[in-house]
Amino acid sequence: MKEAEIRRLLAANLLCVFSVILTAVVPAFFWDGFTVLGTHLAWLCVCSVCVSTLNIILHLVLKPNLSPKRSSFAQKISRFLKCCIYFFMSCILFHAIIVLYGAPLVESVTETFLFAVLLSTFTTLQCLCVLGPNIQAWIRVFSKNGAMSIWESSLQITTMCSILGAWFGAFPIPLDWDRPWQVWPISCSLGATFGYVAGLIIAPLWIHWNRKQLTYKSR
Amino acid sequence: MQRWPVLLFLAWVCFLFFAGIGLFMSGFLLTRIELASSSSCSDPLVPPPWERQSLPPGSCWAPQRFSKAVLVIIDALRFEFARFNPAKASPLPYENKLSFLHHLATSQPRHARLYRFRADPPTATMQRIKGLTTGSLPTFIDVGSNFATYAIQEDNLLAQLVQNGRRVVFMGDDTWEGLFPKKFFRSYFFPSFNVKDLHTVDNGILQHLYPTVDSGEWDVLIAHFLGVDHCGHKHGPDHPEMTKKLTQMNEMLRSLVDHLGNDTLLLVAGDHGMTETGDHGGDSEKEVNAALFVYSKTALFGAGPPEEPEAIPQVNLVPTVALLLGVPIPYSNIGEVMAELFSGDGDTVSAALQQLSVYHINAKQVDRFLHSYSLVAQDLPAEQLQRLQELFSSAVEEHSQLLAQVQGVTLVPPELESRLGSLIGRFQLYLREARAVCTQSWARFHPLRMVGGCTLIAASCLLCYVASELAAASDSFYRSCLLYPLLWGSVVAVLLGLARVFTQEGLDLLLVLSWAAAASQLGFFWHWWGRHPKRARLAGSQPPLASVGLRQRLRAWLGLAFPMGILLFRCGAMFSDSFVVAEARVAPFLLASLVMLLVGKLHWDGRLTVPEGPKQQLLGFSSYRREIWYLLCLVAMLLVCVRLSGFFHQCREEIPQCRPSLFLSPLASLRNTRAKNLFYLLCVALLAGLVYAVRSWLRHYGNLNSSDPLVLFVRWGFPLVVLCIACYWAVASSADDSLGKLQELVQVAVVAFPWAVYGLASVGLLLLLCNPMTVFAKDTRESAGSIVTPYLGVPSSEVDFLHVIPQIYKRMQESQKSRLEQGSCKATVAAYGLGSVYSAALVIALTLLGFLLMLLHSERLSLAFLLLFLEAFMLLHIHTRARDLAGD
Repeated sequence: MKEAEIRRLLAANLLCVFSVILTAVVPAFFWDGFTVLGTHLAWLCVCSVCVSTLNIILHLVLKPNLSPKRSSFAQKISRFLKCCIYFFMSCILFHAIIVLYGAPLVESVTETFLFAVLLSTFTTLQCLCVLGPNIQAWIRVFSKNGAMSIWESSLQITTMCSILGAWFGAFPIPLDWDRPWQVWPISCSLGATFGYVAGLIIAPLWIHWNRKQLTYKSR
Repeated sequence: MQRWPVLLFLAWVCFLFFAGIGLFMSGFLLTRIELASSSSCSDPLVPPPWERQSLPPGSCWAPQRFSKAVLVIIDALRFEFARFNPAKASPLPYENKLSFLHHLATSQPRHARLYRFRADPPTATMQRIKGLTTGSLPTFIDVGSNFATYAIQEDNLLAQLVQNGRRVVFMGDDTWEGLFPKKFFRSYFFPSFNVKDLHTVDNGILQHLYPTVDSGEWDVLIAHFLGVDHCGHKHGPDHPEMTKKLTQMNEMLRSLVDHLGNDTLLLVAGDHGMTETGDHGGDSEKEVNAALFVYSKTALFGAGPPEEPEAIPQVNLVPTVALLLGVPIPYSNIGEVMAELFSGDGDTVSAALQQLSVYHINAKQVDRFLHSYSLVAQDLPAEQLQRLQELFSSAVEEHSQLLAQVQGVTLVPPELESRLGSLIGRFQLYLREARAVCTQSWARFHPLRMVGGCTLIAASCLLCYVASELAAASDSFYRSCLLYPLLWGSVVAVLLGLARVFTQEGLDLLLVLSWAAAASQLGFFWHWWGRHPKRARLAGSQPPLASVGLRQRLRAWLGLAFPMGILLFRCGAMFSDSFVVAEARVAPFLLASLVMLLVGKLHWDGRLTVPEGPKQQLLGFSSYRREIWYLLCLVAMLLVCVRLSGFFHQCREEIPQCRPSLFLSPLASLRNTRAKNLFYLLCVALLAGLVYAVRSWLRHYGNLNSSDPLVLFVRWGFPLVVLCIACYWAVASSADDSLGKLQELVQVAVVAFPWAVYGLASVGLLLLLCNPMTVFAKDTRESAGSIVTPYLGVPSSEVDFLHVIPQIYKRMQESQKSRLEQGSCKATVAAYGLGSVYSAALVIALTLLGFLLMLLHSERLSLAFLLLFLEAFMLLHIHTRARDLAGD
């Protein structure tokens, strides 16, 4: 059971990794002059949209959180609306945190906001897919020994890796190398993306490595 | 703990830090050896064509061209101030104001010329005066001594003028008085210290300038105007006051030129420029670019001016003025003569020959200086000196050959002309390279000493950390960790001293001290390490390390590694140029990361959530504790404060396109009166708010109850200081001419209020040092006095009984009453403010220092100070909250 589920997780994560890679490569065929560095804002949009659609599709197909109750259509709609509101709020929150960390307040607002959207896609959207709009469950998952399934462990790892990647991405900005990727927010969004990809790859491996220690509490 | 070992230990730690910092500074700050020798008229530097007999009387080394000179120094005269661009339709307040210079330069192109006058950093006034008179480069070590000026020991232009019997008259900045004591024939000094005072110095000079010029009792007249610089400091260059000041200077120059004779050379020079905020001292383009204007009523130049004004280093003025006035060039000069001033009226060949001869004198003097400097100090690289020597001797040789050819020939062949040109070029090359070599080697660091100093400081920090863990140890701690290291250190110091004495080398005190410090540190760590295993064995009740899993140890190490990594990164960033430039953004980023990391760690460990009951376990849900919101609010407020403090950024000169924060400019630079008043009220309100917050904090913790002098000072002295600062701001930010008759009062107030603040703050600090305790002890125990009046023998009368019995009754009543009131509690000693006894003293000291700093900064920075206090407060609160949460 566990082995099979880890394999399913690995497959899903690899799909996400491929989608991220494809967003960097494929649009160049349809769109003249598209590069990740040159038209960074476009790439940010494409990447966010692709990763979020893929995540939603995977969530619908794999159904990692099997809810025992059948819910009515109205409940589904309200859940969906709640998810949308949560996602939007997390974008705003990330934007505020990024500004508090020193991003420019007025100029390049678009860049900062799109970066916040990307970060939300890598973190909040995952949470929404796996846990639903349930803040208390989120609080539980992001604490020690709080994960109850391999999906939640994977969620922990990818989220932390994305945020760490974005944090480390800020370090090259002051250096005087004059590279195109040192411009705000390219290094941070690239760092977040690399962190996300690394988290996706690390998560199944780590779970596989520690499968003896990981004893999930049953509900 | 005994008192003396602790004091000795602290003194030793201080010594360690001082040794480390001293060693680092000796390698980092640039130093140059000043030579004591000076040039004299009889030095054998005179070139062949002007043998000593052929020199006109009163001339040394070269024939005198001008018998008199006026040097007008306008402090902080940036090149843009002096330049005139008639095409500019709407000039800025500082542009196109010195129109008279432009008029002279266009109407008499062979008499007047404007130059860019490149100052060598540091661009502080005293260093510039030194450079302008000695012709050498004052190094950074001099910067610190700007406020305590001391006499120039090196050979300089003024000393040469006085030595050769010229009468030097000075008027203006009193910095010159300290630099050149008893050198002036006559002098009018005016105080330069009050930078808000725009007019005292200038009006004083103007009062004496024309009568002195007309009296003719002078050979060299120096006038140092400070108004433009002070206007920059007070209002910034982009302000109507600057227009007034520059217009005044223009009028001054116009009437000065009317008073000058035909044999007088006029030099108008700025000693440095200023930045957009009116500051100077660094090496940015705007600070370094000053203006120099040369004029004389007899023709000076052979040809018209070049299209774009030429840029010349400031040191070039020294040899030029010296040779034009016929005095020897100062000994340590490394400047190059401005040869176009020596071309005279003759044809090109004779002009070139004249230029060659002054170059020859100049080169010989520089060569002599380099030779004697390399004998004293080893910091000039030998191979470069060798190359310079070769360059010099070949040029001199060719010069003498040329002279032999030219002598006696009336018509100079054209090919000789080109040889003359190339020879001038070679002399120029020699002089420029010599200057470059000097600049380079005087700007050289000693990496070994810097690394050594850094290591000493880092080891001292580690030592403090180790000692803080050992602090609660017994007497043997002092023996092994204080006495032995001190012994080691002194032994090493004595040994080194003896070795130096026997090898007859010069004793470098700093090196000996640092070696002693290093040895004592080694001793400390050696003994600490020796005690370490014993402590581990003593604590043997804990499970041995081996049984703890590798994974857990790794995890514990990782948990510590992240915050430590942030701290180390902060230290390491000091060694990276880019991160130092971006420090204003890096430090808040790391602080925010540290705080967020703290919250994240608490969350991850489950400290923020309610401990799981059976219900929560069943549902798999968790919820936050109630008190968590306080912590989160503090974190959010701290982050907002940190971000807000970014609005007070000052630009570094490495980033020329950066615009400094508007809040940095003083209130006086605001032109809109309403905005000025509004900002003034805001600043005063913020200052009062800061003091109110500090006082209410102290009151809350009960530190304002006693009647100690310190507490009284906090209660009454703090508002008084605020009042003084507010008054000073009001006086300093007002426009000059708006006050009319009150002018004299304002002059007094501008000085009196800062003195009052300094006095009050130092009184406060002294009180704090004498008695830092702000604890109020209240004793409610029953006094042990006698209950009744003592027994005086047998009561003789009824009166005595009547006296005693009411007393006993009263006493019983009192004791019953107190027992009833307090219930079962016994009478106690209450001490107010005991819990915050250390922090209260610290807060008071910091507030006092904050007052001093606020007085020195511009008014609108008071908000930054308030933010600083708030940040510290919130950081400490977050720390205590987090400890509380992590503890249970």
